[in-house]
Amino acid sequence: MSILTETLRPPAVSIGVLGWLRKNLFSTWYNALLSVLVLWLVAIVATTLWNAITTANWNVVTVNLRLFMIGRYPLEQAWRVQVVVSMLSLLIGASWGAWRGIMRTVAVGIGALFLTLALLPFELNTRLWLAANIALIGAGFGVAYVMRARRLVTLAWLASLPLTAVLLYGVADALPTVPTDLWGGLLLTFTLAVSGIVLSFPLGVALAVGRQSSYPVMRVFCTLFIEIIRGVPLITILFMMQIMLQLFLPESISVERVVRVIIGFTIFTAAYLAEVVRGGLQSVGRGQSEAAKALALNSLQILWFIVLPQALRAVIPALVGQFISLFKDTSLVAIVGLIELTGIANAVVQQQAFLGLQREVYLFIAAIYFVCAFSMSWASRRLERTLGVGER
Amino acid sequence: MASLSRSPAVPLWRDVRVLRIAAQIIFIAVVLLVGWWFADNMSRGLTRMGSKFSFDFLQSAASFALAESPIPYDTDKSYGYAFVVGALNTLRVAVVGIVLASLLGLLMGIARLSSNWLLANLARVYVEAFRNTPLLIQLLFWYLAVILKLPAVRQSIELPGSVFLNNRGLTVPWFETKDSFTTWLLTACAGLVVGIVLYELVGRRWQAERHLSQRVLWAALSVLAVASVSAIVLDPFTPTVPTLQGFNFNGGLSLSPEYVALLFGLVMYTGAFIAEIVRAGILAVPRGVNEASRALGLSYAQTLRLVTVPLALRVIIPPLTNQYLNLTKNSSLAVAIGYADLFYVSSTIFNQTGQTVQVIVLVMGAYLLMSLTISVVMNFVNARFKLIER
Repeated sequence: MSILTETLRPPAVSIGVLGWLRKNLFSTWYNALLSVLVLWLVAIVATTLWNAITTANWNVVTVNLRLFMIGRYPLEQAWRVQVVVSMLSLLIGASWGAWRGIMRTVAVGIGALFLTLALLPFELNTRLWLAANIALIGAGFGVAYVMRARRLVTLAWLASLPLTAVLLYGVADALPTVPTDLWGGLLLTFTLAVSGIVLSFPLGVALAVGRQSSYPVMRVFCTLFIEIIRGVPLITILFMMQIMLQLFLPESISVERVVRVIIGFTIFTAAYLAEVVRGGLQSVGRGQSEAAKALALNSLQILWFIVLPQALRAVIPALVGQFISLFKDTSLVAIVGLIELTGIANAVVQQQAFLGLQREVYLFIAAIYFVCAFSMSWASRRLERTLGVGER
Repeated sequence: MASLSRSPAVPLWRDVRVLRIAAQIIFIAVVLLVGWWFADNMSRGLTRMGSKFSFDFLQSAASFALAESPIPYDTDKSYGYAFVVGALNTLRVAVVGIVLASLLGLLMGIARLSSNWLLANLARVYVEAFRNTPLLIQLLFWYLAVILKLPAVRQSIELPGSVFLNNRGLTVPWFETKDSFTTWLLTACAGLVVGIVLYELVGRRWQAERHLSQRVLWAALSVLAVASVSAIVLDPFTPTVPTLQGFNFNGGLSLSPEYVALLFGLVMYTGAFIAEIVRAGILAVPRGVNEASRALGLSYAQTLRLVTVPLALRVIIPPLTNQYLNLTKNSSLAVAIGYADLFYVSSTIFNQTGQTVQVIVLVMGAYLLMSLTISVVMNFVNARFKLIER
């Protein structure tokens, strides 16, 4: 009974700033110690970074901005890149209108990026073009929203790939050819990443299906292919493609260097994708294909209509993860002498006017890679949640 | 009914068994045809370039210098020997990198789950920043923008414990071996044998009597005891502390800037991935399992050692194996910052000899061998922790 007569101290504050601090930073004595330690570490890193950024000479980036974006793509043809970007803006806007959900965030994010860039002191034409892109996103949204044309937008996306290739590379008379050797910077990075993704996906699925096949010969072949490719570093494959592909082909066929590394990326990523897809195939119950068989579907139909849709859906996060690492790996082509973003950076740090500015240059391109890779992984997590993968 | 199950009237081109075999034969034929076409083009190409497919060039003198080598190397040594030096340099960075990345990943993975908001978010920022930027750029940044920009040797940054950091790399205290080192090594090996015997024989009996195993501890203790007692008696090491003399350091172990940048970059990059794996592994152990083991009377330490960690390891080990493989393969990016690893040496050999195919075959073979070794070791570890299903 004595406990009732004593006056209890009021309970610790558990709301407000003080309560939050107490709960999250100073709950026990060692937590408090840890907090102070981390704070000290953060302070050191933050001041170092702040000093690095404020004392940096960002001229090296602004002067070379065009190099970073399109490399040695001829200036008088640069409008073609702008047209492609505008076309993609329109398509992203249209996807927002057709699907909503995650596409809204994507479209708004890209719109915000254009807006920020338009506020920076570029030339008037560039800023007008950036503003026009925002308008295009809005227009695409409006049209697709009214028409509710999902199928049309999907078709438009598919058509945009060859159209982009034609626009950038050129066709016989109408547009002068720009050989891929002149492509560079972010343009080449995206070219490598997108073509690598598009080409490696079907090959990866085929390899995965082959590895699961009931035909021993196909199984052994696919397994060997996958394991050998996965056992060696990407750089050796790119190196091999760069110097050996020409040896494997007759003298009459000559392949552009960009195409050679695309082939390298494709077989490398396909081997990794195959393992991801195999995980998905194994997750589809045997009963699914047995039921399909009982309904008289042939094996190709079972694969196409029953197994693959479920398998691919189950592994979306891992697939996106693979594409992100492909995107980061495009930087390796700098080692075999191509001038994508990293290659350009390596060239820029050797310019006479900007000697010793490695920190600025590499931080700048690291930021570009980070923004792209981080938004991809963020979008994939959102998509995962929307589809409810792993919750059924 | 018999005619339904065994119909003799199926023609050959609709018989599934025949079709299966035919499909495989066609597949082999196509593969062989394409392979033959490649091989034919290649042999023509080689004749055109005036070289032939042989590994004889490996015996001729390599006449290029290597900045660092764990075994004695000079320009008179053969290409084959230089190749081995490259492989050893790769192993040197990969083994140390795997150990350090595991430690960093473990710490950061646990920090990510900490109830301390600041620590958890620091770990999160680290993971996101390092996972989402290319390793090559991180390496170039550490090498060109950080390590080469450090002060010169005379103005070295001194860290606690006689560790010196400057633009020529890192110098740490190390030790030299005396003549008694071999004897010590032998006694230590004998101690290891004793430990294994203890673990296998005596420990098993203890385990039967006491229910809970302490045998790992006792076996490890006995090995340590033998090693340290003999170390005191034989005194096989002389510690050397780096001291600045003139324009260089005397004593200690000096690590080249390339090695430091590569190791640091690989550890920071792979550590971020391992942190995510550790976090996922710990989260995969259901809370109820821990609570149940506490309810059964196990102490917190016992729960951790006997329940949580083994269950988490089952989830962690397979993806961890992949990260170890990635680290080893990623060490080939050393070529970008000029560390004399396997790939760097091989591309130098290629540039000098022009023996395209042979060099590629050798490099790929060496990396495959390393990958295979790591896989075998990790599969063995995995087998020990795997859930034994009925």
